[in-house]
Amino acid sequence: MSAKRCFGNAPAGVDVSKLSGSLIVIEGPDSSGRSTQIALLTEWLEQQGYAVEQVGLKRSTLVGPELEQAKQGNVLSPRTLSLFYATDFFDQLENRIVPALRAGFVVLADRYIYTLMARDIARGAEPEWVSSIYSLALVPDAVFYLMVSLRTLVERTFQSHADLDYWESGMDCGLSRDWFQSFVKYQRRMRTEFIRMQKQYGFVPINANRSVITVQKDLKAHIQQVLDKIERPVYHE
Amino acid sequence: MDRAGERLPGKLVAVEGLDGSGKSTQVYLLFRWLQSRGCRVFFTEWNSSLLVREATRKGKRRQLLTPTTFSLIHATDFADRYERQILPLLRAGYIVLCDRYMFTSFARDAVRGCDPAWLRRMYGFARVPDITFFFRLPLEVALGRILEGRPKLKYFEAGMDLGLSPDITESFRLFQGRVLDQYLGMAEEFGFTVLDATRPVHSQQQVVRQIVNQKLDLATFHKRFVQ
Repeated sequence: MSAKRCFGNAPAGVDVSKLSGSLIVIEGPDSSGRSTQIALLTEWLEQQGYAVEQVGLKRSTLVGPELEQAKQGNVLSPRTLSLFYATDFFDQLENRIVPALRAGFVVLADRYIYTLMARDIARGAEPEWVSSIYSLALVPDAVFYLMVSLRTLVERTFQSHADLDYWESGMDCGLSRDWFQSFVKYQRRMRTEFIRMQKQYGFVPINANRSVITVQKDLKAHIQQVLDKIERPVYHE
Repeated sequence: MDRAGERLPGKLVAVEGLDGSGKSTQVYLLFRWLQSRGCRVFFTEWNSSLLVREATRKGKRRQLLTPTTFSLIHATDFADRYERQILPLLRAGYIVLCDRYMFTSFARDAVRGCDPAWLRRMYGFARVPDITFFFRLPLEVALGRILEGRPKLKYFEAGMDLGLSPDITESFRLFQGRVLDQYLGMAEEFGFTVLDATRPVHSQQQVVRQIVNQKLDLATFHKRFVQ
C-alpha cells in the first residue's frame, strides 16, 4: 500500500490515509496521444487483473455541462473560469478519484492539476494563487508528460481536425489575431510552464514524437515499476 | 488580472451577519438613501451570478456538494460578479454595496471544515471593503426571528451536510451558532464595524448613514447627469 498525501492540507472531511490504489497521471497537449495511450494502458492493466478507473477534466456531474456551456459563450473572466475548473476538478477528486483509490483501483487521469495550473498561469493568474487552490489535491504516484515538438503537434492537429481549437490556440489570450500564430505562441507558453513544473513536481518526460507502440512500451515499463513498488504481494505457501 | 491593493476611485461597503440579523433591510435603506442623495451607487447580492446559478442549484438539489466544492462554486460565482460588476464599478467611481461578501464564505466554509488560510488565499483577488458592517445579534434572537415563521429550511442553509443533528431545526440552530463564532473571530482581523442589531431598524440605519457619511466623501460620488 502506498501512503497517499496531498500537496497541502487534505480537503475537508477527506481521509487520505487509507487509499490503497494508485493514481497515475498522463499530461500533455491535445494531439500528443494521451487518450490513445490511456486506452492501451487500460487494456494492458485489465489484462493483468487491475481494476482501472479513467478520469479527465470537465467530466464532473456537478459542473461539467455548465463548464462546457460557459466555454462556448466565452463570457467568463479568466479567474472565474479558473475557479469553475477547480470546482469540476475537486468534484471528481472527491467523488470519483478518492473512492476508486479507496477501492484499490488504478486511476488513470487524462490530465490533472498541472494542465489546469499551466492554463491559468498562461492567462495571467498568479502562480501562488493557483497552486494554493490546488494544494488540496492528492499527490499522484506518477506523472508522465508526453512531450511533442511543435511541428509534430501541428501536423497531428491538422491530421485529426480540419481547424484549430479556440482554447487550445489560446485565442482568448489576445496573443495574435491569426489563429495559427496564436496557437504557436500559446503552445510555447504552455510548454514553458510545463518545463518549469516538471522540475518542481518531478514529472517523467516521455518523448511522444515516436510511434504509438514505442511510447506505450515506455509508459508500460515506467508504470510497471510504480505498481511493483506500491504492491508487495504476499505469497501463501 | 487585478491586484487587490490597487487604489480605485470607488468605495466598497459590505454588510454581514446571521440570517435574521436584518442586514438586508439595512443595506437596502442605505442604498435608497444614497440614491436619493444623487450618488453613483450599485447594489449586489451574494450568490446571484446567472452563470453559475444553475450549477449551484443542481448541486444543492442533488446534495452533490462537499465542503470544498460548495466553497469553490460560491467563489466562482463571486469571482464572476467581482470581475464583471464590482471591480469595473469601483474603477468607474461607484459606491458598491454588497449584501454578504467573502466573509460569508470564510464563516460558513470554515464551519464546514475548510482550511481558513486556504479560503483567505482563494479570495485573495478581492479587496477588503472600505467599510464592513457586521449586524450583531444574540444567537437566540436571530434564531427566533427565522424560526418563528416556521420556515421550510433548506438542506445546506441548515448545515444538514455537517451531520450535527438529524432534526433540521436543531441542525440550523447548531450551525448558526458556529457561524456566529466564526464571524466574531473575524471582526478584528478585517476591521468590522459591529452594530447592535437588537435596536430598532431606524436607529440602526441612522448609525449606518452617519458612519458612511464620515468615512466616505459623498460629495465626490454625486452623479454628473441628473435625469
